[in-house]
Amino acid sequence: MMGFKRTLAVAAITAFSATSALAGASLDAVVKRGELICGVNTGLGGFSIPDSAGKWTGLDVDVCKAVAAAILKDASKVKFVPLTAQQRFTALQTGEVDILSRNTTWTLTRDTSLGLNFAGVSYYDGQGFMVPKKLNVKSAKELDGATVCVQPGTTTELNLADYFRANGMSFTPVVIEKLQEVNAAFFSGRCDVYTTDASGLASIRKNDAPNGKSEDYVILPEIISKEPLGPVVRHGDDQFFDIVKWTLNALIEAEEYGVTAANAADMAKSSKNPGVQRLLGTTPGMGKALGLDEQWALRAISAVGNYGEIWKKNIEPLGLPRGVNNLWTQGGIMYAPPAR
Amino acid sequence: MADSSVDARTTGTRPSTSRSFYDKEVQAILWQVVILTIVIGAGYYLYSNMQYNLEKRQIKTGFDFLSREAGFEIGESLIQYSAASTYARAFVVGIINTLYMAAIGIVLATIIGTVIGIATLSQNWLVAKLTEWYIHILRNIPVLLQIIFWYVVFLNDRFFQDARGAEPLFGDVFVTIRGIYAPIPLAHVGWTAALIAIPVAVVAVWILSAWAKRRQTLTGETFPTFWVGTAVLLGLPVIAWLAFGAPWEFESPRATRFGLRGGGRVTPEFMAVLVGLTVYTSAFIAEIVRAGILSVHKGQTEAGRALGLRDSTIMYQIILPQALRVIIPPTTSQYLNLTKNSSLAVAVGYPDLVSTGNTTLNQTGQAPEAILIMMAVYLSISLGISLFMNWYNAKIQLVER
Repeated sequence: MMGFKRTLAVAAITAFSATSALAGASLDAVVKRGELICGVNTGLGGFSIPDSAGKWTGLDVDVCKAVAAAILKDASKVKFVPLTAQQRFTALQTGEVDILSRNTTWTLTRDTSLGLNFAGVSYYDGQGFMVPKKLNVKSAKELDGATVCVQPGTTTELNLADYFRANGMSFTPVVIEKLQEVNAAFFSGRCDVYTTDASGLASIRKNDAPNGKSEDYVILPEIISKEPLGPVVRHGDDQFFDIVKWTLNALIEAEEYGVTAANAADMAKSSKNPGVQRLLGTTPGMGKALGLDEQWALRAISAVGNYGEIWKKNIEPLGLPRGVNNLWTQGGIMYAPPAR
Repeated sequence: MADSSVDARTTGTRPSTSRSFYDKEVQAILWQVVILTIVIGAGYYLYSNMQYNLEKRQIKTGFDFLSREAGFEIGESLIQYSAASTYARAFVVGIINTLYMAAIGIVLATIIGTVIGIATLSQNWLVAKLTEWYIHILRNIPVLLQIIFWYVVFLNDRFFQDARGAEPLFGDVFVTIRGIYAPIPLAHVGWTAALIAIPVAVVAVWILSAWAKRRQTLTGETFPTFWVGTAVLLGLPVIAWLAFGAPWEFESPRATRFGLRGGGRVTPEFMAVLVGLTVYTSAFIAEIVRAGILSVHKGQTEAGRALGLRDSTIMYQIILPQALRVIIPPTTSQYLNLTKNSSLAVAVGYPDLVSTGNTTLNQTGQAPEAILIMMAVYLSISLGISLFMNWYNAKIQLVER
């Protein structure tokens, strides 16, 4: 119901707000407000979850902090707005949030007819299945007739239907909007299978299994889709789009150059590598091109660390292998265009 | 002199035809024009603003998405639906599920509410107190909370067994975390005939009761309408079923690796919403029924007793027909509330209109269109209920002869 109310509310906002959506409006609004409003997941360990003190942590959260550090010179000036899968796009479209960093899959429709821009990929994911170990299922191909828990309004929901159709199998969906309630439904035995991105499954298994018995659940080997997750902004402000895109790229490139949160300030002074000098603003130009000062990337990296550090801090504890999310130099596909 | 004394007002010749601004009629019309202008202006402002913003953000608009393939599955549907169906069909599935829930909810809430309402006036202290508490507790807890409470109960393995490896309660009936499974009759012309016989029987009983009433008015002779009517309602479908071969083939749920399959099934989502809505609304209806009965003067009961009528006859022939006039209007509001509250089903994942509509909204990103459809549907359903209840209300009002 909250979801519906919020949808109504944002529909009303669409109708009422005449001011925004001018060129540069998103960036202007952020600077004027002195705060970045960032839409995140309602609670997915490793990506965005509030700790006991109400502080948000996770990979998606760090992306927003980095953007705030680049624009507002302060990584703490972010307001996190938890959104369900169904609320997220309307919230972004209507300007309720400036940026959506909420394990959101980049698709053609979303990039075009929803009026959104994906600012790169922060995590290469794929959809998987989780089942209780006692069912003794070894492959997703054995799931004919199963009851499947899934969140509505996701690519997951569509891939699931596609996969079962393609393999001539049937299933009964149990579709619940709130993440915590889908989790509860699965762990209570309402469903045989839980499906979402593999990273989400690992996070849910580790953080939400009853009595901490994560070993009672197995993630099946099949990955049935490509789920490139990344931060999203609205159409209509190319400069803001550029800043988000290049902040993410800067985090990835920093890992490539070995720039870390700890050594970034020193490297800005001492590094002889022209690439590092350009990135950290020792050689000016990049910041000006983005319409920021030259220390934008330095601040972002100092605040949250490079991509590798962000991964180590947030995703590694879930027990997920780095895999394709390794740098291209390490056998992965994480590859940032050059900052020059 | 008699002619000159005729009042100008009655002859229609007023001294001046131009109207003053301070004329009440003129002011009334002016105000209406002003208010209408504001309403239309505000509506136009909202619409054009929305169009402007949608265009500015390059968000797609229009209703052509309705004919595209939906691509998502829906858990329970009364009509054929698959991921290959269109978004329009997904909406229809939601509308039917909403109507289905509302119809069953209204019938159950009315029955329970009436019984509880009458019981609060019982001479029996315990019955009166228990039903009073029923009303006080249930109507003061938000209905969303009640729905979630029932859902948590239905999904609790302390109350219900796991669907995988479930033991039947009796025969082939299973009560599990995934709902109630029971055998359903295999499709056969006999069952279809029995189904068709139900509305036929309803019409027959209606005609019968009208006839009995007229006869009683004319001759004073009573007719056991209730018993004959019940017999017709139950008997006609059975006769139809017997006449078309009396089929007795059932499809039973069978155990599979992933719980039970086949047979008939009521999901916990459906039950949670139905129980939540019914119980909540019945508490309000009970209060309305109680108030309605109390609104009939005590003298009516006493007069009935003086005539030697039985208490049940007094209640059903004298009190309730008069009380209905007080009961119907507020009950209409409760029916409307129940129908609209069924949108809370989205909280537990019952695929009602809001649920399928929200999913469509999200997959297509066309928020104004999806919301517009949902609003139009709820408005139509509510107006439909209102029209029917107003007709019924007019019908039972006192006819002054």
